[in-house]
Formats: sequence, structure tokens, C-alpha cells
Amino acid sequence: MLELEEIVCERDGRGLFAPVSISVQAGEYIELTGPNGAGKSTLLRTLAGLHSRYSGVFESVDCLYQGHRLGLDGLLTPLENFTWFLGLEEQTPDHERFLGALQRTGVLEKAYQPCSDMSAGQQRRVAMARWLLSSRSLWLLDEPLTALDASAQKVLVQIISEHCQAGGAVVCATHGELAIPEKRSVRLEVVASTAETPTPDDSLGVRTSQG
Amino acid sequence: MSRLLRREWQVALRAKGAIINPVAFLLLSTMLFVIAAPDTVGSDAAAGILWTLVLLTQLLALDGMYRRDFDSGVLEQTLVGAQVPFVAVLTRIFMQWLSTGFIMTMLAPALGMLLGMPIALAPAIALAMLLGTPALSLLGSIGASVTVGFSRGGVILALLVLPLFLPTLIFGAGLVAAAETGSSIMPQVYALSLISLIALAIAPFATLAGLKISIEMQ
Amino acid sequence: MLSVSLKRLWHKLGSPRWFFALTETWVKAAGWAALVLLIWGSAWGLGFAPADYQQGNSFRIMYVHVPAAMLAQSLYIGMGVAGFIGLVWRMKLTDVAISACLPLGMAITALALFSGSVWGRPTWGSWWEWDGRTVSTLVLFFLYVGIYALREAIADQDLRGRASALVAMVGTVNIPIIKYSVEWWNTLHQPASFGLTQKPAMPSEMWLPLLVMVLGFYAFAAFVVLVRMRTEILNREMGARWVSDWIQARSGR
Repeated sequence: MLELEEIVCERDGRGLFAPVSISVQAGEYIELTGPNGAGKSTLLRTLAGLHSRYSGVFESVDCLYQGHRLGLDGLLTPLENFTWFLGLEEQTPDHERFLGALQRTGVLEKAYQPCSDMSAGQQRRVAMARWLLSSRSLWLLDEPLTALDASAQKVLVQIISEHCQAGGAVVCATHGELAIPEKRSVRLEVVASTAETPTPDDSLGVRTSQG
Repeated sequence: MSRLLRREWQVALRAKGAIINPVAFLLLSTMLFVIAAPDTVGSDAAAGILWTLVLLTQLLALDGMYRRDFDSGVLEQTLVGAQVPFVAVLTRIFMQWLSTGFIMTMLAPALGMLLGMPIALAPAIALAMLLGTPALSLLGSIGASVTVGFSRGGVILALLVLPLFLPTLIFGAGLVAAAETGSSIMPQVYALSLISLIALAIAPFATLAGLKISIEMQ
Repeated sequence: MLSVSLKRLWHKLGSPRWFFALTETWVKAAGWAALVLLIWGSAWGLGFAPADYQQGNSFRIMYVHVPAAMLAQSLYIGMGVAGFIGLVWRMKLTDVAISACLPLGMAITALALFSGSVWGRPTWGSWWEWDGRTVSTLVLFFLYVGIYALREAIADQDLRGRASALVAMVGTVNIPIIKYSVEWWNTLHQPASFGLTQKPAMPSEMWLPLLVMVLGFYAFAAFVVLVRMRTEILNREMGARWVSDWIQARSGR
């Protein structure tokens, strides 16, 4: 589904971690680990198409991205948010599906309230419900455990497992570990030295290795 | 597209401040002008003053154009999730115009009269605004997209965007002045329309590029 | 054959190391040309060209103002073109070019404004008049300041480059629109008085020194921009081997 070849994400002209090459197949759950600042979030954002400074090759695919920010409009109810979101993906809205998704993640009773009226944990559950509605196969999740209580964490694990079993794939950056069977762990090693790798002569020149 | 529009509409209705505040500012600043320089009321300068205040109001309204979505993560969802992000940008700009430029177009004749312009000029004023304000929203969107990540981007936004507004200002005020003297307004009509069309051609692409840059700064 | 070598030249221009080597002679040439042309042009224009029948000797400031105004606009358009090239061919060297042109452009525009004002004083009787030329130049100044402020606000070099390129391109597209609209405004609002450039055809004794000055200004700009670019390249490529080699060779160790 997704092939990464020697990817190094960059900020301020410096590589963040040692090159990674990953092949993500359908049905796989891949956990990105590494110390703080290793660049896990940046890698996910790169794969989502939000970060363009990197070297290496990968072919971008349509994906679902969940970053630190919720991606929900606080003034709108979950149902209205979903309608909009599906509009982005050009799917037809289905009221029943929406309610079903909210029930799955345990916030059905909040379906008609503006998202800003909810607690952080409840908003996270609404975001999770949105994943269920997306048509994208590849999920890129950045610290999905944030603000989730124990029951929500269980739901998270179930949702991810089901998605993988259904043929999707999940790449997840997390500090805590998710108890998902058959997971693959990829560790990002921080590039230790700042007096770095010799810059090739063309470092300011034509980009030849862009995906 | 219609669902994107619907969300914009829902947000607009629930955050009415975004619409009312600029309007209040426009009224307030008109009043300030009349108090500070009463001789300008009814003079030839009135059209220019009206247009300048409209420009400044537009500037004020532009500052928050993408900020809410930027902060909440909706913007990154749009960039990642949309099959056609271009349409989302166009929708946003259209809504911005609807909530600012269009409102000002409706109010402008009344404000013109507050500034002492004869009522016969009302159609000319409205026409000038109708043709010119889309350019303001479009070009302003470019500046807003690049500065959305800055904490005090308002000043830089003004600096970037006011030179781009200048042609619209010139022809917009010029249209009203021409109507006042009874000469043909067609040159200004053509010019304003042309500027708005050029803006329509470049602004959505430039805005998308600007948003991608800004989102990478997050 | 020609296209192959042109392509190679193009690719070389995009590589900082090759650009650096390539421009070593260009810098010297531009510097000397600027020196010669500017001295010659100034002496000729300020000293030897005949006095204008209307303005007397004060018109001579034109030999500074006109080249400055032309250069100011050219530098901005240069930034816009560099931005476009950087976007299409993904050459990061273009951001080095933009950062080099920017301060020079701002200074030259300020010079154009100042010299225009000095020229205007004896001609108009006032230090400033709002006519087409002055307004256009003033707007150009703000276009420069806008990019400057934008660059100051963005920390990351790559993002800064992309944002500058975008704004420079949009500004460049708008320059003809602004010029046209300001000229139009000017014809309405100013009486058809003596404009700074609405002169009857200048005799060759007058415009030849002007040509020399224009060439001198452009040569000077080329010199400054190349020097700045080369300095910036050294700065950005500090970790690379060729830089330390070059520095060592220069210090003769």
C-alpha cells in the first residue's frame, strides 16, 4: 500500500532521523517509536502530504490523517462535522452511519451538541468515529491515545484491529504501546550529530529525489 | 461543494461576530471621519474616503479568514482529506466575500449618504462595490493564507495586501467620481471587472500554495 | 547538441558549488564595469551634458533617479522570476537570489524616491507630489517591505523561500496592473503639467550619458547581487568540503 525508501524528514535543513525504509502492506499495523523529537509526527505529516521537506522516495496515497489537532469544527455538531468531512471525500452522507459510528465510540448522546461543548476526551471519541466513516484505507495516527480514558483506549484498539482485518493499514506514532497483535515496530533513530553527514554538492540544487 | 458551502454557512450563522464586527468597524470609522473632518462630508473626497474605509474593514476581516480552521485542525484535514482542495479554498473565499464584501456592498450606498453623497449616486456606489469587493476577498485571501501561522500576522497581512488592493481602490473610487460628474463609468466598470477576473485566476492557486506553506509551519 | 549543453548549464546553475565557481569571473567583470560606467556616466551627465532648457541644471538628478527607478522595478521582477524558476525547477538557489536582491532592491527604491523628491523640488516647487511615477515607486517600495517583513517572520529557511517566492510572483503579476491603474489615476487627477518623464525627445547628448548610467547601475546591481549570493552560498554550505578547500586556497595556506 505504501512504500518508503530511505526517507529522512528535514527541518531547518537538517535531517531528523536516520533514513527509514518501510513497506506497508494491507492489513498491517505499524507503530513508530522513538524518543521525543525524533520526528515521528513529522514523518506522519510527510506521509500525509503536509510536510514537504524530506529526502528519499515515496509515492503519496490518499490517507486519513489524525494529528494532535482534532480537525473538528467546534461550532458544529458531530453530525454536521461528519457531513462536511464526507463532503471533502466526496462521499454521500448517511445519517444512520453517523449515529452508528458515534455509538461505536461511545458518544452517541452528544450527536446533536456542538463539539466545543464537549470535554477533550469526548471530542477525541468523535474524531475516532470520523475514522470509521472515512473511505481511506491508510490511516496515519499521531498519538491517538491522547486524552483517552481506559474504555476509550479499548475502543481505539478494537477499531484499529478491525480496520486492519478489513484490509486497511495503520501507521501509528505513540508513546504508549497499543496491544495489537502482529504489530510491527519501527524505531526512528535520532541523528546524533549536528555536524552532520557530508552535504552533497547539490544540496541547494535541483531536487532529484522527491517522491 | 454544496456540503462545503453548507458548513461555511453553519459556521457563519453561529459565529455572527465575524460578520457583525467588521460592519461595526466600518460604521464606527465612518463616524470618526465625519467627526474629525466634517468638511469632507458632501465633498469630492467622500467617495475616496468610503472606499478607503471599506479597504481597511476588509483587511480587518481577512485576518481571521483561515485562523479558526488552522488552529482547530480543520485546515489540515481539508488539505489531506479533500479530493479537490481547490474547491474548498474557493468555497472559503466565496463565503468570505459573502460575509464581508457583499455586506459592505449593501451598506455602501447608505454610508455614502452619511458622507454626504447625493442619493442619485447610490447605484454607482453599489455597482463599484459589487465589482470591486470580490477582488479584495480574492487577493486578500492570498495574504491571509501566508500569514495565518503568524501570531501577529495582521500587520504583515496589511503590508502584503494593500498594494494589491490599490488598483481596485483607484477604479472603484474613480467609478463613483465619474458618475458624479456625469461622465461614462464604463472604463472603470471594465477595469474593475478585469481586475476581479485576474484575481479569480490567480488567487485560489496562490492561496492553496500559501496554506500549504503555513500548515508546514505548524 | 546545443540543447544538451544548455541543459547542462542550467543544471550547473542550480548547483551552488558550480554557481560559485562560474560566477568567480562574473563578479570581477561586473564590479569593474560598474565602476567604470558609473564614474564615466556621472561625470558626463553631471558635468558635461548640456543644461536642460527648461529645468536648468537640476534635471541632472535624472541621471540618478531614472536608473534607480528602472533598477528598482527590475530587481523586483527578478525576484518574481527567480521565485517562479524555483517553483517550477525546484532550484533552491533561487531563494539565495531572492535574499540577495531584496535589500538592494529596497535601498535602490528608497534612492529612487529620494532622488525623485530632490528632482521635484525645483521643478514642482515642493518636496513631494503625488503623480503616477511617485506613487508607483512608493507602492514598489511597499511591495519590497512586504517581502522583507514576511521573511523576518518565518524561521525555517525552506518555508521562508517558498513564501517569498509566492509573494514575489503575485507582486510581479500585479506590477503592470498597479502601474496602469496609477497612470490612469494620474491623468485624471493631475493637470497635464510637466511630468518627470514626459519630456520631448531628448537630444543624444542628454540620453547617452543616461544610457551609460543605466548600464552602470545594472552592472552595480549584478555585482552586489553576485557578491551577496556567493557569500550566502558559503554561509549555507559551510559544512561542505569544497568550501573549506576554497577558503584554504584563498588564504594561501
